[in-house]
Amino acid sequence: MNKTAINYYVDERGYFGDFGGAYIPEMLYPNVEELRQNYLSIINDPAFQQEFRELLKDYVGRETPLFHAKRLSAHYGTTIYLKREDLNHTGAHKVNNTIGQILLAEKLGKKRIIAETGAGQHGVATATVCALRGLECVVYMGEIDIKRQAPNVARMKMLGAKVVPATSGSKTLKDATNEAMRDWINNPVDTHYIIGSVVGPHPYPDMVARFQSVISAEIKKQLKEKTGSELPDYVMACVGGGSNAMGTFYHFLEDESVQLIAAEAAGLGVDSGKSAATTILGQEGVLHGSRSILMQTEDGQVVEPHSISAGLDYPGIGPQHAHLFKTGRGKYVAVTDDEAMQAAHLLTRLEGIIPAIESSHALAYLEKMTFRGDEKLVVCLSGRGDKDLQTYMDYFNL
Amino acid sequence: MNNRLIELFKNKNKDLLSVYFTAGYPQLTDTLVIAKALEEAGADFLEIGFPYSDPVADGPTIQHSSHVALENGMSLKVLFKQLENLRRQISVPIILMGYVNPVLQYGVEKFCADAARVGVDGVIVPDLPMYEYEELYREHFENNNLSNIFLITPQSSDERIRKIDELSSGFIYALSSSSTTGNKLAVEASQTEKYFERLKSLKLNNPLMIGFGINDKNSFQKACSSANGAIIGSAFVKTLSSKVEGAKIKQFVASIIE
Repeated sequence: MNKTAINYYVDERGYFGDFGGAYIPEMLYPNVEELRQNYLSIINDPAFQQEFRELLKDYVGRETPLFHAKRLSAHYGTTIYLKREDLNHTGAHKVNNTIGQILLAEKLGKKRIIAETGAGQHGVATATVCALRGLECVVYMGEIDIKRQAPNVARMKMLGAKVVPATSGSKTLKDATNEAMRDWINNPVDTHYIIGSVVGPHPYPDMVARFQSVISAEIKKQLKEKTGSELPDYVMACVGGGSNAMGTFYHFLEDESVQLIAAEAAGLGVDSGKSAATTILGQEGVLHGSRSILMQTEDGQVVEPHSISAGLDYPGIGPQHAHLFKTGRGKYVAVTDDEAMQAAHLLTRLEGIIPAIESSHALAYLEKMTFRGDEKLVVCLSGRGDKDLQTYMDYFNL
Repeated sequence: MNNRLIELFKNKNKDLLSVYFTAGYPQLTDTLVIAKALEEAGADFLEIGFPYSDPVADGPTIQHSSHVALENGMSLKVLFKQLENLRRQISVPIILMGYVNPVLQYGVEKFCADAARVGVDGVIVPDLPMYEYEELYREHFENNNLSNIFLITPQSSDERIRKIDELSSGFIYALSSSSTTGNKLAVEASQTEKYFERLKSLKLNNPLMIGFGINDKNSFQKACSSANGAIIGSAFVKTLSSKVEGAKIKQFVASIIE
């Protein structure tokens, strides 16, 4: 294939190359079809854009800084900028998407919002915008995650959301997603499902990527102001489902000089049986409504992933990521629990920023790179580490 | 070989009962035992579910049976092995039902060929999109004389139902409401009637079977008054305990059709 001819964005059938589509039972078709028919015209409406931008500015606190991390740069002998998504309201990039989707749900006349959550960050971001707009909110969360993430459960409850435990399967994120889909099947008219990542049936992966693309739009503008050029040499982010990574890559996809690096969670090690390194361990298949790459058995049963970071503990990646991986546009690398924890510690001591363990996976890959000294790197710091304090305390004996 | 499902609808066009159960549940080797008992009890045809780890269209009962079946070691490979002797024991039409990912990993072409070889007549894959079926897989189904059965709901548009009718063979699986399996029907009777009236007025080519929420004689008869028959799944799976007893299965079917 001619490299310049590759389309990295969604095509009219809802595919990114070989990946994407809408593998959904007929019961979900009307909901998804209503969204597919309307999402672009709603998102592209100038009034919608204005309201979206205003909320991102005045409520979320955008734009987020692009911070030249000088001591970290000196440590690695190159120039590193951090995109500070951790400074968003609610502590992570997730809210960019929930603001967009709640406005869209209102335009579609929906009265009830459902969401899935793993660590609780997307659940909190959803509960937050539902409180802001006065909509009913139900968040599905794996029974095991509810126990692991008590503070976020309390936040959601305080925000007025109903948190429903997913008790099927492995009782984690994947099963919470199944439960949210079942809820949507049983409530086909008045409910909008706010998916938290660039996964799910078309148009979700494209829609969530568009809402998160504010990250790379800002990076370009800020980098131009700081360095005179909007193009860095590397753009890096962690990937679970992949929403912060897609937002960070989005406006660089066609700038082929920019290397895109996505850090997956290797857990205890790629070959340990306790890993979430999807592109290494996975094969092509269908999960949660789209064709992508997922961790599965030979028989097509989805395998339980593992990562120390609940936000990366997902057995698949979004279909656009699968496309970037397969075409070679993006480099997908694996970072272990231990490597991520060390990177979190290093950033904290050098820059006074406690990162989320998820984001630390992207930082950890810096260790494995070699630098000439004149590169420019942008790393997306997708979330703050407050939610991970217990894990840090246990790990570092604090 | 004629497609038994299409033959069946030629000979009988009302009060048809189809029963769903999950292969490999409650015990791995129960698949054919249950099928045999259901045939003897008077079910007109059977839907054998192959389990998937993430059954998003299913309620708690079939989630549970799928989970147990997988724990028992059920897979498509094992299932086709169990079905090698299917046609020496069972003569009613057999449909395989399950999610698309296991079929993709098995290979759609091989899946269709193996299904036809052991004597399966139709397939229901609820999350296989219509256009994918049409563009990529239809030929494998047709080459193997397998019916592909689509679902419709009260929310499906006339246009979409017509398209589904065009692509279907065997029958169309009409859900009485948009719901996961095993739910009690919360829909008002007048709404359901309107939907069934609409289906009638479309003058579809394929027979209609109504499913989801059918759990007793009353709901079965009601469904049969608006369609060629009805499908029972969760209500039957719920009656299966750890040891399958033919007498109990007969009793259950009798409670529906007698």
